[in-house]
Amino acid sequence: MNVARARKRLSLGPVQYFWPREKLLDFYRSIESTPVDIVYLGETVCSKRRSFRHKDWIDVAERLQIAGKEVVLSTLALIEASSELGLVRKLCKNGNFTVEANDMSAVQMLAGEMDFVGGPSLNIYNVATLRKLASMGLTRWVMPVELAQKALLGFSREMPAGIEVELFAWGRLPLAYSARCYTARAHNVPKDACEYCCIDYPDGLMLSTREEESFLMINGIQTQSAKIHSLLHELSNPESGVDILRISPQSEHTEQVISVFDQVRAGDLDAQETSNELAPFAAFGMCNGYWHDDAGMASYSTGHGP
Amino acid sequence: MELVCPAGNLPSLKAAVDNGADAVYIGFKNETNARHFAGLNFGHKQIEQGLAHARNHGSQVYVAINTYPQPDNFTKWEEAVDQAAELGVDALILADIGVMDYAATKWPDLRLHLSVQGSATSHEAIRFYAEQFGIKRAVVPRVLSLKQVAALVDQSPIPIEVFGFGSLCVMVEGRCFLSSYVTGQGPNTFGACSPASFVRWSEKDSKLETRLNGVLIDCVGKGENAGYPTVCKGRFKVNGETSYAIEEPTSLNTLPILPELLKIGVAAVKIEGRQRSPAYVAKVTSVLRAAIDSCKRDPENYQPDRAWLSQLRALSEGTQTTLGAYERHWQ
Repeated sequence: MNVARARKRLSLGPVQYFWPREKLLDFYRSIESTPVDIVYLGETVCSKRRSFRHKDWIDVAERLQIAGKEVVLSTLALIEASSELGLVRKLCKNGNFTVEANDMSAVQMLAGEMDFVGGPSLNIYNVATLRKLASMGLTRWVMPVELAQKALLGFSREMPAGIEVELFAWGRLPLAYSARCYTARAHNVPKDACEYCCIDYPDGLMLSTREEESFLMINGIQTQSAKIHSLLHELSNPESGVDILRISPQSEHTEQVISVFDQVRAGDLDAQETSNELAPFAAFGMCNGYWHDDAGMASYSTGHGP
Repeated sequence: MELVCPAGNLPSLKAAVDNGADAVYIGFKNETNARHFAGLNFGHKQIEQGLAHARNHGSQVYVAINTYPQPDNFTKWEEAVDQAAELGVDALILADIGVMDYAATKWPDLRLHLSVQGSATSHEAIRFYAEQFGIKRAVVPRVLSLKQVAALVDQSPIPIEVFGFGSLCVMVEGRCFLSSYVTGQGPNTFGACSPASFVRWSEKDSKLETRLNGVLIDCVGKGENAGYPTVCKGRFKVNGETSYAIEEPTSLNTLPILPELLKIGVAAVKIEGRQRSPAYVAKVTSVLRAAIDSCKRDPENYQPDRAWLSQLRALSEGTQTTLGAYERHWQ
């Protein structure tokens, strides 16, 4: 195919951590002037976190929209209580912004009602699944983080028309969700008595091995990689089939990360050389093994895998 | 309330049936199911024999095809569906939407269950599968409290199956990448958590270290039990303290809450453990059978027998049991 190659877009994923209200407000104000094209908003991890109410999210969404961003509202990944289902329903019926479904409850509410994004915690591993969901209104697919580049190539041949592909390209990988809150557990209290202790860990709480290897990041009921997953080099791969690269927010340096991604996209920086520039923003190292069909924690220095 | 028991081979299937399983669930010898272990599972002929044995004793056979195919291997899952359907099994336990779509279209009369690997934790999610594919029963992840299970049973359009005993996944099933993050192989795509080929045991300074693809999961002294190194049951450092930061080696045991599960209207209780021996399956099945029967006879006065509890404890990880997420305090 020799059509003009569309410029890849950059997205900012939902904040995965519990930040105080002022920090969230400041953060999104600073995002207004960054070159990200799409911003995902909302609490996706724990419904107890309420720095922002529904209206606050909508207010921020409207400001970002005025600043020229495409705004998507993201739903909770794990639904347990009926009150949580109520929160999801409210997002799905917002009537203005597109919704990222992070659980099949949200898909059920959105199907046939409005177009939606299939978030990274939906299990869409093959074309038959993608096609079924596309027939119900899915227009953008955020790949499960454990899928390899070779899996995406398998999709490309039969990709349903009009589906955009988004890649989790920068940030700590969301690896698991649980009923149990591990941050509370580290404080020797159950989730119901958590006192919102995760607010003290704006980038998660480090879990290391007994030989001091930085291994995982505890983020309430979510477990993340300690390493930053970086697929920056996919920006300079025009044949990858990826339309959008997602940057997952960190408590610091997110604007600089966005800026580096944008410069690579513009061709002003070389992806290979740029790894060094990003290293300070990944204190516990970087990984990209999943993309190379290997252990997620593995790291490949080039854009090409085994 | 039906008792659904695991079988990784024909002797286990017979042990389950002979000890009172209402249904036995099995898988094929490949990555189409979530217990893809060497030497485990069923070929065509063994399923025929197992079906015959189960039928003779009034039990049912379910086949788990509950992992997630990718574009390059999707046909293998289609073949598994066809093979199970042609064998005339009683139900398929499925997780992947594409596979469900295939099964529901090609075999409209075949009974389909939603696997725990499908990660459905709300009635809206379950409604999706019931409406789209005619799913007849949903197995729910081990993340709901007893009260939440009750609400779910109440609102779900189809009957609910819950886990009653066995190894405890503490992460939502179908959404846990811890194994693939460390090894490249995990439950969703490969059908195994912490595959044995990545496990190394070694002695160092008179301690036994267990590693998963090089990552130190635990280190035990003499006399301590070394559990199997799944990431979620390891000992790690958090805030300067070394502990089982995620969960201790322990097994789920619902004997104390069987009357509640019965009263709520749970359709079936499932025992985990297709990777276990026929002797294990026989013992756990017989205890759960006796307990469920006792509970059904007189739910008001039901008490779990001490002998049952000690038998189950002896078969549990770390020889201890928990109610897991059913109990809010655990969360």
